Formats: sequence, structure tokens, C-alpha cells
Amino acid sequence: MYLQMSGNWQIRQSVRPIAAALATLGAGLLFPPCRAGEGPFFITYTHQMEEPRNLELMTKNVTGKPGDGNRFLGTVAEFEYGAAGWWTTELYLDGQATSRENTVFTGYRWENRFRLIPREHWINPVLYVEFEDINGADKALLEVVGHDGVGDLATPTADARHEQKRELEAKLILGSYYKGWTIAENIIAEKNLSHAPYEFGYAIGVSRPLALAARADRCNFCAENFQVGVELYGGLGDEKDFGLHDTSHYVAPALAWTLANGTTFQISPGFGATSTSTGFLLRFGVSYEVAQFGRGVGHLLRGGRP
Amino acid sequence: MKYLASASAFWIGLFAWGHGGSLVQRASSKAGTLSNPLQGTEAQRAGAKLYKRECAACHGEGREGSAKVPPLAQAEVRKAAPGTLFWILRNGSLGTGMPSFAHLPEAERWQIIAFLTGVPPVPTAGGTGKSSAGFPKERRVCARNFSSD
Repeated sequence: MYLQMSGNWQIRQSVRPIAAALATLGAGLLFPPCRAGEGPFFITYTHQMEEPRNLELMTKNVTGKPGDGNRFLGTVAEFEYGAAGWWTTELYLDGQATSRENTVFTGYRWENRFRLIPREHWINPVLYVEFEDINGADKALLEVVGHDGVGDLATPTADARHEQKRELEAKLILGSYYKGWTIAENIIAEKNLSHAPYEFGYAIGVSRPLALAARADRCNFCAENFQVGVELYGGLGDEKDFGLHDTSHYVAPALAWTLANGTTFQISPGFGATSTSTGFLLRFGVSYEVAQFGRGVGHLLRGGRP
Repeated sequence: MKYLASASAFWIGLFAWGHGGSLVQRASSKAGTLSNPLQGTEAQRAGAKLYKRECAACHGEGREGSAKVPPLAQAEVRKAAPGTLFWILRNGSLGTGMPSFAHLPEAERWQIIAFLTGVPPVPTAGGTGKSSAGFPKERRVCARNFSSD
């Protein structure tokens, strides 16, 4: 869906998701904030679930220059809601802008995460299921699977957007906490519903806050508010050609900084480790968690105060 | 939607099955005999800050609870063994909607427990934000709650 467009119908279509996002943000300001985020990771999921009835608003962005292609900025608006203690659901709206090309809305994703065992163990599994309806111009790069590589990102937007991708993605998320360290491993399988074989990928992340105990006073720059980590992620080929041959891999240090008011800023420079990878990707994002959003909305709908 | 509702009921039923009493009572049989390594005013003040950030949205600024969320300003919580509260914070209770706080470093969980089990300061008049014992404003609200149980 182009933002550069000629007809009124197209303008209405593009403004609708933006208006919905602004309305949700406005409603969110009525409710108390709390600490957002699942550590500094952009790609790797931990087994931490969204708290029941909380809503997390987030934007994740990535910029890079794929070989001889034009520099791009891929972005997603993310709405994560704790439907239950064992069930987190999330909606993504994707878009991208490419230098000397177009700015386009590229589709949506709907993901669900299910905690498989109720208590905390040394390793904790979570099942992730996602449906995505995006087009080939999508550059959000929320995961790398199969033989994804620099060539996909260099294709001109006007050509790539004609490819429709309706895909199902499953992940097995394994997470552990050990003496302040967060360790997470994701195993990814993705299937285009209309054609193409199963594609596989992985993501691994390790992180830790700079301080393990909180200070008594409210502070923005104290060490407890910073988390540092590193992610490794990449493709593992497909069912016909499984392995590391002709796949992309990235190493990405990551930093998250949470303000006293609950807003979290994240940044992560990623370095391509193979000739198929984009040389450098810079990711950055902001998140804000609205505590007890669901309960507040329920009260509003019944005519009470949030 | 019917499937989701059935699935929810199944899991909630599964987790609630065979369990009775409060979460503190149920956890006490599973928890170890840990003692809180972080005690004292400083830990309690840090715990008050963490409580406000992590817990107050559900349990209330004054730990008063709500229709569906139990109050924490009650003797059962204040007198609970630290190991029991630590077990609850680590594991949560999916059946009742209490999330796990295992993502917090252990020290921060102990600070919250220090706040929940600490001796409440005597409330003072005035609105400077801190009592004579150095507790932030929300701590004095808790002190009022303690006096009623």
C-alpha cells in the first residue's frame, strides 16, 4: 500500500492503520506505565510472557545498505498483549522506505506465544506460532530463515512488492535465567502457504543488566536500568538444502536503557558474518508498556474510570 | 473462539486442580528454607520502588488488592517465610494470573520481599514524599493498611 499515491481511496486505506495506532497510543496514556521489554534483544525471544492484561507498544526499526542496492529503513509497529499468564498475542504492522525508491506498507503479522510448562525450570519452553501476510518488499528483518540474503534486500521495491507472502512460522523458544544472566535459544521453521519448501533458522541471545540490585532512589542513569547482550541469528537453509551453505548469519551486540517512567530505548549494531549477509545492520527501537490496559478498557466500556 | 475458550478453561482447570487455599499456603510446602540476604531500610526502599514498578498495577499502590487480586498488606504475607515469597515471585501461578518474575535478578526479588515483609514505619504528617524513616510516600500508604489487620 503506497503512501505516495494518487487516489483518495488509497489515502484512506493508508491512514486507517495509523489512526488506529494513534488512538491506541492515546488510550494507553490514560493507564499507568510499567517497565517494558524483554531485555535488549531484537530477534531472539526469551520465555518471558507479557503480564496478563498489559499492553506493550513498541517500534522496531532496522537500516542497512545491501551491497549495490539502496539504503533502506524497515520498521514495524508492535502491539503486544498479555491475554493470559500462559498466552501472549501480538500484532505487527510492517512498512519500509528505500532511498530513491518508495515508502510502502508491506503487511501485517499476528503472533501467539504459549507457555508450555507452568513453573520456572532451568530451561523453559515456549511455543510460538505466527501468521504473516506481507509482500516481498518487506524489510523488517524480524528473523532470518532459509537462504535469505543480501540479494533479497537489493531487489527494487516496485518489483518486490508484487510477491505476496502468506506464511506460517513456528518457533520453539527455550529460555533460562542464571545468576542475573538471560540465555535464550530459538529454533525457527517457516512455510509459505502457497509454495516453497519449509525454511529454517535460529537465534541465540545472552544478556545481563549492568547491576543486579536496584537503588533505592528513582533514577534514569543508574546501572540497573541498562541491559547489555549479544545476539547471533541466521538461516539454516530449507528442507531440500539444509545446512549453512549459502546462508546469512549475524552477530549483534545489543543495549537496552529503561527510563524511570518505563520507556525503554534499544539499539543494536549487527555485523554480517558471511558473504550472503548484509555487511552492517543498525537496529533501534522504543517501547512503552501500559499496565492493566485490558482491565482499564473493560472499566471504560462499562462507563467507569480506567 | 470456542476453541480458545475451551483451551483456556482446560489449562486453568489443570493448574488449579488439586490446589486449595491461598498461594502463600500452597507455596509454603514447596519452598525451601531460604532467608533474605537483603534486609534493612535501604533494601526496603529499593523494594518499594520495585513494588511500584512491577506489582502496584495489579495489587494497588497501597497493596490493597482488588476484586480479583489478593491484597499484600495482610499478616499472611508479612509473616510468610522469605523462601515462600521468593518461590512465588520466581514461579508465579498461571492458574490465578500471577506472572513469574524470574526475569528480575534475584537481588531485586529479595528487595521486593524485604519491602513486603519489613516492619512498616510510623506514618508522619506532611507531604515531603519521605517519612522520618526514609520511606517513600507509597510506603506510608502501606503502613495505614497494616494498621488495619
